[in-house]
Amino acid sequence: MSDIAIELKGIDKSFGAVHANKNINLSVRKGTIHGIIGENGAGKSTLMSILYGFYQADGGDVFVDGTRTVIRDPNAAIAAGIGMVHQHFMLVENFTVLENVMLGAEESQVLTAGITKARAELRRLEEEYELEVDADAIIEELPVGNQQRVEILKALYRGADILILDEPTGVLTPAEADHLFRILRQLKDQGKTIILITHKLREIMAITDEVSVMRRGEMVATRTTADTSVEELAELMVGRRVLLRVDKDEARPGDVLLAVEKLTVRDSRGVAMVKDVSFDVRAGEIVGIAGVAGNGQSELLEAVSGIRRAEKGRILLNGEPIDVAGRTDPAELRARGMAHVPEDRHHMGLVLAFEESENSILGYHTDPRYVSGAFLNIDGIRRDAAEKMESYDIRPRDVRLRTANFSGGNQQKIVLAREMERDPSVLVIGQPTRGVDVGAIEFIHKRIIEMRDAGKAVLLVSVELDEIRSLSDRVLVMFDGRIVGERSPDANEGELGLLMAGVTDSREAAA
Amino acid sequence: MEYFEALIVILQSTVRVSVPLILAALAGLYSERAGIFDIGLEGKMLAAAFAAGAVAGITQNALLGLTAAMAVSVALALVHGFASITQRGNQIVSGVAINFIAAGATVILGQAWFHQGGQTPRLGEGGRFVTHELPFAAEIAGIPVLGPIYSNLLSGHFLLTYLAFALVPATWWVLYRTRFGLRLRAVGENPGAVDTAGISVTWLRYRAVICCGLLCGIAGAYLSMAMTGGFVKGMTAGKGFIALAALIFAKWKPVNVMFACLLFGFLDAMSIRLQGNPLPLIGQVPAQFMQALPYILTVILLAGFIGKAIPPRAGGVPYVKER
Repeated sequence: MSDIAIELKGIDKSFGAVHANKNINLSVRKGTIHGIIGENGAGKSTLMSILYGFYQADGGDVFVDGTRTVIRDPNAAIAAGIGMVHQHFMLVENFTVLENVMLGAEESQVLTAGITKARAELRRLEEEYELEVDADAIIEELPVGNQQRVEILKALYRGADILILDEPTGVLTPAEADHLFRILRQLKDQGKTIILITHKLREIMAITDEVSVMRRGEMVATRTTADTSVEELAELMVGRRVLLRVDKDEARPGDVLLAVEKLTVRDSRGVAMVKDVSFDVRAGEIVGIAGVAGNGQSELLEAVSGIRRAEKGRILLNGEPIDVAGRTDPAELRARGMAHVPEDRHHMGLVLAFEESENSILGYHTDPRYVSGAFLNIDGIRRDAAEKMESYDIRPRDVRLRTANFSGGNQQKIVLAREMERDPSVLVIGQPTRGVDVGAIEFIHKRIIEMRDAGKAVLLVSVELDEIRSLSDRVLVMFDGRIVGERSPDANEGELGLLMAGVTDSREAAA
Repeated sequence: MEYFEALIVILQSTVRVSVPLILAALAGLYSERAGIFDIGLEGKMLAAAFAAGAVAGITQNALLGLTAAMAVSVALALVHGFASITQRGNQIVSGVAINFIAAGATVILGQAWFHQGGQTPRLGEGGRFVTHELPFAAEIAGIPVLGPIYSNLLSGHFLLTYLAFALVPATWWVLYRTRFGLRLRAVGENPGAVDTAGISVTWLRYRAVICCGLLCGIAGAYLSMAMTGGFVKGMTAGKGFIALAALIFAKWKPVNVMFACLLFGFLDAMSIRLQGNPLPLIGQVPAQFMQALPYILTVILLAGFIGKAIPPRAGGVPYVKER
């Protein structure tokens, strides 16, 4: 028995011209939580997919428990005691928890006997690791955090001793993420080895014992977490010094450009998600809306940007009312000086199958610069897109590349460039840096501050409290569809956290 | 009593015309539940009917005819599988192609081989399926109500008819009580989950497509060897598409499939029965209208009366491992 659970030696993998993994060496000690950190596209997921048998390495060896192991497919990985929790859960959504856990490990052709055994085994695992889930619940009816627990149970059910988690907190609320970390510590205490892939430095510092950093397909360093710092890791990831703290001057607020008055919005099921919300955003200030995901921020953003009808209330843009209850028209709002960076760039911000240049004009495609008569002015569009690429450092610099082939950070910059370059008076931004790497975060934050300093009114919604605090001039906290408090961004984190959980103090109630 | 007898006759013919629908719809169920959409049911059934007619016509052996039907249908199913699983092609286009190939090839080969205007030789006694009386059918026939139901409605069908109805609970059992069924349903919803569980998506989907081919083969053989005594060109007459509609109407569930097919079969039987006969209160109805009725109903039902029919989520999408 060796002290090393997993050892990779000289792993190499290319996808066509893309060299995703270059001669990777890695040792993961048994019974530890080992973080692998790197920007999007650094090759972390590819490396783990090789370890799980999803892809075959072009070269190199894998040692599990000291023995050289060939992992040809996920079956071989499972047999070697490796389990994986994928970033996008590999669950059958309309199956029960039990069916999902059994799938592929059913024991016999007819299920009846297996089901009883599986149920008992699942019970045992749930108790041993405190992973409570209802075995008969349908997956799609479970909260995301519970779905993830099912993924972990699936791996444990198959007897995994080594658990790989790929960006596990990307879809979780802060509370769910904390719960996950408690589970992971518990698993570690029981002797499991955990490999945690992430691009979030905080998570690495909070939970790992050791951390390996990947950059552009190479393993650049391995550190003991206790002996390193966020700054050092960020520098290793990006390859240069990164400013994690945003530098900004005092805000000089001007006139109210965006006013929301007693706004009530229902979601598609008819549930009131925004309840009687009022606030102002002035020229030259950033108002941040903090809150746990699902407390009405998305619906608020959609109503303000004209995508969703509001039931009651008023919205004033540059002092002029918007017809919130009638036919709201995002194009009209855009023409009146509002720019909107949607929360979910894949579904609302971009058409991933389009060329970059096509996405760079979406929503502004009737602008005379882009059309001549009934036809698109292709040359003009591409020239314009190329200029934006230059000024927003969008890579690779290819206006004809399919948008899906850009990294998350670069995709987000495509949206930002499109919206910011129109010189709007009001900028509404949802989750500006979700799924964006550290280098791009720094850039995006700087741009948002620049917009503020140029006298724009910026409304920022983010579930990342750090982001809200470092960018905003005023912080509004949203809980259960209401604004439950306003704080300065320098207010202490615990106080904001309590507000986000809906705990308001008496001072607030009296006001 | 007169109406009762008429009803028994209509129901009996309902059963008769429902059988190919049930077989074809169950065939589609196996394929679509695994995520492979199949609008080529019609073509496979037609080719199978031709193969059955041709082989049974030459050999005058019903079993050989059935075997040939299933073999041809499975072969076409594998073509569809190759195009949509291995080559990751568009499943609709592949299905349409199979329908056209079957429609054309059966006529050309039929004319070249038998010179009877696209028909196969009339089947003699040995080449046809025969009907079977259930025990005591003759004895019970005299008892009022129960007698005619047993002797005329339940008894006196082809073995294939009983097989088709037996396949309904059997399919349910396979789908919900076996490992194969669990995996089949899973691969139609999220092939990624199946792949990461260490199961081959490709092999699983091929098996589903083969099941589909086998059942379509039986459906085709029923058409040319049981319902009639030989193959006539275009004899499926849209049954494959009606089966597909029934499958959607039934929301891809086996027992629902049976009832949906019986409903469509009933309308078909009614339209045959009512041709030329005046309806009470309404009077004479044009035969064309009655013939169109099942299809009109299909459109109405599918347009909204069934609520939302949610197809298997991975249906129609070739599985590609994501990076």
